[in-house]
Formats: sequence, C-alpha cells, structure tokens
Amino acid sequence: MPIENVDTDQIIPARFLKATERKGFGDNLFRDWRYNADDTPKQDFVLNNPIYSGKILVGGKNFGSGSSREHAAWAIYDYGFRCVVSSFFADIFKNNSLNIGILPVTVSAGFLDKIFTAIEADPNTELEVNLPEQKITILATGESESFDINSYKKHNLTNGFDDIDYLQAMKSDIQSFAAKSLY
Amino acid sequence: MSKIPTTLFDKVWDSHVVRKIEDGPDVFFIDRHFIHEVTSPVAFLGLENRGLKVMFPEKTFATADHNTPTINQHLPVQDPLSANQLKALETNSAKYGISHWGLGNPKNGIVHVVGPENGITLPGMTIVCGDSHTSTHGAFGAIAFGIGTSEVEMVLSSQCIMQPKPKKMRINVNGKLGKGVMPKDVVLYIISQLTAAGATGYFVEFAGEVFRNMSMEGRMTVCNMSIEMGARGGMIAPDETTFDYIKGRDKAPKGEAWDKALAYWKTLKTDEGAQFDIEYNYNAADIEPMITYGTNPGMGMGITKHIPVAAETGGSKASYEKSLQYMGFHEEEEMLGKKVDYVFIGSCTNGRIEDFRAFASIVKGRKKADHVTAWIVPGSHIVEQQIKEEGILDILTEAGFQLRQPGCSACLAMNDDKIPAGKYAVSTSNRNFEGRQGPGSRTMLASPLVAAAAAVTGVVTDPRVLLAD
Ligand code: SF4
Repeated sequence: MPIENVDTDQIIPARFLKATERKGFGDNLFRDWRYNADDTPKQDFVLNNPIYSGKILVGGKNFGSGSSREHAAWAIYDYGFRCVVSSFFADIFKNNSLNIGILPVTVSAGFLDKIFTAIEADPNTELEVNLPEQKITILATGESESFDINSYKKHNLTNGFDDIDYLQAMKSDIQSFAAKSLY
Repeated sequence: MSKIPTTLFDKVWDSHVVRKIEDGPDVFFIDRHFIHEVTSPVAFLGLENRGLKVMFPEKTFATADHNTPTINQHLPVQDPLSANQLKALETNSAKYGISHWGLGNPKNGIVHVVGPENGITLPGMTIVCGDSHTSTHGAFGAIAFGIGTSEVEMVLSSQCIMQPKPKKMRINVNGKLGKGVMPKDVVLYIISQLTAAGATGYFVEFAGEVFRNMSMEGRMTVCNMSIEMGARGGMIAPDETTFDYIKGRDKAPKGEAWDKALAYWKTLKTDEGAQFDIEYNYNAADIEPMITYGTNPGMGMGITKHIPVAAETGGSKASYEKSLQYMGFHEEEEMLGKKVDYVFIGSCTNGRIEDFRAFASIVKGRKKADHVTAWIVPGSHIVEQQIKEEGILDILTEAGFQLRQPGCSACLAMNDDKIPAGKYAVSTSNRNFEGRQGPGSRTMLASPLVAAAAAVTGVVTDPRVLLAD
C-alpha cells in the first residue's frame, strides 16, 4: 500500500468504533477504501486483490497518523496481519501496535522503495521479518536491513508478557510514589 | 554550584518517572485520567478478565461525548450501539467509583472542554485520555497526551503507563497577530510549515510573545492541534493568565492549598539556556487567516493564496494528487469563492466561549446563506449556558442559526451529524481526513471567523473583509 499519511480514520472509520468488545474489527479494516457505498468490494484496492496475501502489511511514510484509536491496530490484527512495515510511524499507532502484539518495523526510505519495487515486479514477493535478529529481508533478492526495537518490548513480544503484568508486579513502588504526589 | 538549565517539559516529565527501565520505556505516573464511552469499554473488560481493580478511582473522570446526539438529549439515545456504549460507561464508572458526567448532567461536555473548565486540569500535571486531542490540556503547562485502550487499562489498574521519553522541540512565534488572525490560524500555519508528520517523536513547547498574549481558550486551541503535526503533545508555560483562569473553578485548589500550588506552578518554566533537540521560529506578521485544501491538516494555506503545486509540497506526488482529487480541487486554484454546503463550529478545538463570540462578531446583523446547513455545537453545557447569558444565542437566532446541544458531533461524525458524500464543509474541528466528517465528506479546516464568513456568504470568504475596524 504505497500511500503516505495513512491515518487511523482510514484504517477504521469512526462509525465502526461502537462496539464494547474487541471483536470483528478486521471486517471493517480500510472499510471506505475497500468497499463502495453499496458494500461491493472496490476491485482496485490492494486488499481485494487475491494476488497479495500474507501477514505483513507494507505502508507508505507516516503510517497510522491521527486518532489514537487502538481499534486501528485491532482491525489490522483481526484481519490477520502481525507486522506492519513503513519508513515512518505515528507515535501512538506504534505504541498501540506493540501493546497488542503487532510488530511495527521501521525501515529506511530507500529500503521501503526497494520493497515496493520488488512487490510491483512480483506480487508474490516474500518478506521475512526476524524479530530475534531484528532483521527484515526481501527473500527474492536477499536484500536485508536491520531494524530497531528496545529490548524491553522485544522481551515482551517474544515472551507474551505485557506492560500490565509488569506494572502489577511493581505496585508497592507505585503506591509510595503516589503518596508523595502533589495531586 | 549552579543548576543545569532545564526545560519545562523535563521538569514535569522527570518528576513523574516511577522507574526507568534500561533500554526500555519509563514507568510514568499519571495524575489525571479522562475516559469517555468509545475507548474505555474494552479496557474495563480487560480489567475484569484479569480480576484487577481500579487503583485510584478519584484520579479518573468520565464524561460522555463522542457518540452523543446534539439534539433532544433528554430523549433515550436512538442508535442502540451508541446507547450501549453510554450505558457501559455509566455502569463501569459506578462499579469502580469513578465520577461520571453522563448525558444531561450539567457538567457534561467534550472531555477536553470540561476538564479545564472545572479546574481538573492544573499546571505540572500528567494527563492522559484515550483520545489524541488530550494534548489540549498542555495549555496549562501540563504534559498531556492521547493513549490507546491497552494504556487506558494500565492507568486504571496501576495509575501508570510505559512511555519512552520523547525528544524536545520548541516553537517560538513572536510579533503581533494581524486583524482577523485567530489562534487556530497560528496552529494551522505552523502545521502547514512543519507538515502533518513534522513533529513526530517530539513533545513541543510553544513559546514567544504570541502565546504569552493569548487567552487560555486560544492556548488550548493551539495545544489541541499539536498532535496534527505528529507531536506527542504540546505545552505552554503557565503564567498569570493561567492562574487567573484556574482560580475559583470547581475542583481547583482553594485557600492554603492554592498558595502552595501557586508557588510550585511559578517554577514551571523553561530556564534560560535550556537545550531543545530542535527549535523553530516564526513571525506573527506572516500569518493570515488559514484554510486547508487537502486531506491532512498539514495541507493548509493563507486564505488568499493559491493551492500549491505538488512539487512545492515535498511529499509524494501520487498521494498529493489523490488528496486533491478527493477534494475535487486543482493545483494553483484559488480557495476564495469556493462554494460551501456545511459549516460546523464546535469540537474540543474551537467549541469554547471565545470561539462563539468570534463567530457572532461576524454573523451579527447578517443572515445565514440559504444553501448552507450550519451546525453550531457548544463544547459543554457550561459553554452553552454562557452563549445564552451573553446574548450570543439571540444574535445567532436573529441571523437564522440554531444552537445544538454539546458533544463531539461532526468532529468525528459518530453520531447523526454527518456531512453527506461529496459535500463541502468549513469546519472548526481538527481533522480533514477522508471521510472524517462522514463517508465521502470534504472538509476545509478553518477558524471560527472563517467559518462565520462562509456561513453568511455561502462561499469561502476572507473574514477580514467582513470585520468592522
Ligand atoms: S471533539 Fe473531536 S477531537 Fe475532540 S474529543 Fe471529540 S472527537 Fe476527539
């Protein structure tokens, strides 16, 4: 999806945020880009093209900008993606993704171009994302680049452990901190 | 030994770090947490699934705003899904002992309007909410930003979130603003210069003469939109204007507590010589009333200018063209004179009393253009009350406008206030994304003065020609 500034209103439009449970958001992922007003699929949209498949979503620069809705990450996850690649992510989207088990991979602008060129040449191009080695590879050409992730988050993602577990384990520290707080 | 000069941001951030994790985020303590009906239900479900309690219910405040109707609020909410979310907010708040301002409560309104107006928002605080425009509260010298639902669950269960410390940016605007130039124009101008992603990874301090001379309402408008340049948030050092605004408000400190707080608040400023990672300087005289022509808030320009050609904007040509095509606009066209179908004044960006005063200053003695549908939506019941007391309602009615009831309304169009496909709206809200105000809607962001000028002329109009000298 070589589009820049993909905002979370496109990923999941506001009218689909009315659920009180985290279920079924994948159906409405990119709703207005994927479907016409009469709910028929738009043939030219990438997710409607059976040639493309997989668990890695590649997007243009400034992916996930705008609203803080975690529903955007839920929709991407629920649709079946586990990794999003872009040359630049909006902060909140990146946090939200990590918090629910999607890996945001930031690559250089040059490498992103290479990925898009490879996909354009062959829609079946495979990408490999290796979290332990922090490396992303275009399998057809063997070109690769390493990516950053802090060791705390990496540990969480690898062990299925999350921030809430971590915070629960340090509650007495938080209690004494709160006792000194001005507010 | 002299102290190292420190920024306002560092002072507030560092005093809220409970623990630093090596090569990881900070465990960051949250003083105030706002919740609303859309992003909280799943967080409460999460608590339940893990068998956790709310650690400090008195630090969280709930209000219903995103999904609420703006007419007939006394009747049951029609949309069953919206009604369900409102009910969930009410039930969860009651269950965990959280203060809740639901529909019909005299304190109800948009979360970022009611927080400050009730003295919940104070200088030096850390404030979060599951809504990206939480940055609004930075106007008080607080660190305030939007969070996702997983983080809402963290704050409820432990009053902390995990945050990597952002980098620091300072934006200085000096000089005097010209006639008809509002805080909204200042921030739209800055975003047009920096682009919609220009401040990603940064926390911004707004400084300089223009912000010092600005009212609290104006400062809130500016900080509100800092997220639209990608920033984590924006803040302005508190000063006498801030203290005057807070004093006497419902939940503001009183008596001895006030004196103590005030002494602390006065220390909240960036020391001379403190270092920022990056700094920008702008001149107030370069700013004119602004309007956006594209589908992200960085695509803004002076209202008398022509739409730039793709090459001047620096971004991808294809994305730029897609955006103009969606809007039905062309490169090098003028915006002045373009037909307007809808006008929306409201939202947490421009739904405060000053915004309605500005709107009324142009509308007074004129009539609404026949073909324009106008939605005039106060940010809260308190604002609604002020509109009535100050005689603004009479001016509006006289000119053929109708006042609606408070809520987010057409800012995100989750309720019935949707701009129809293909129609053009001049909106005082914060986002002009594709479909933001309803599927297929076309949004031009602008100040309340530009909105008023469009509402009475029916086309994009420079408000300066309608303003009395
Ligand atoms: S008015 Fe708009 S931006 Fe503000 S809180 Fe409501 S939906 Fe969010």
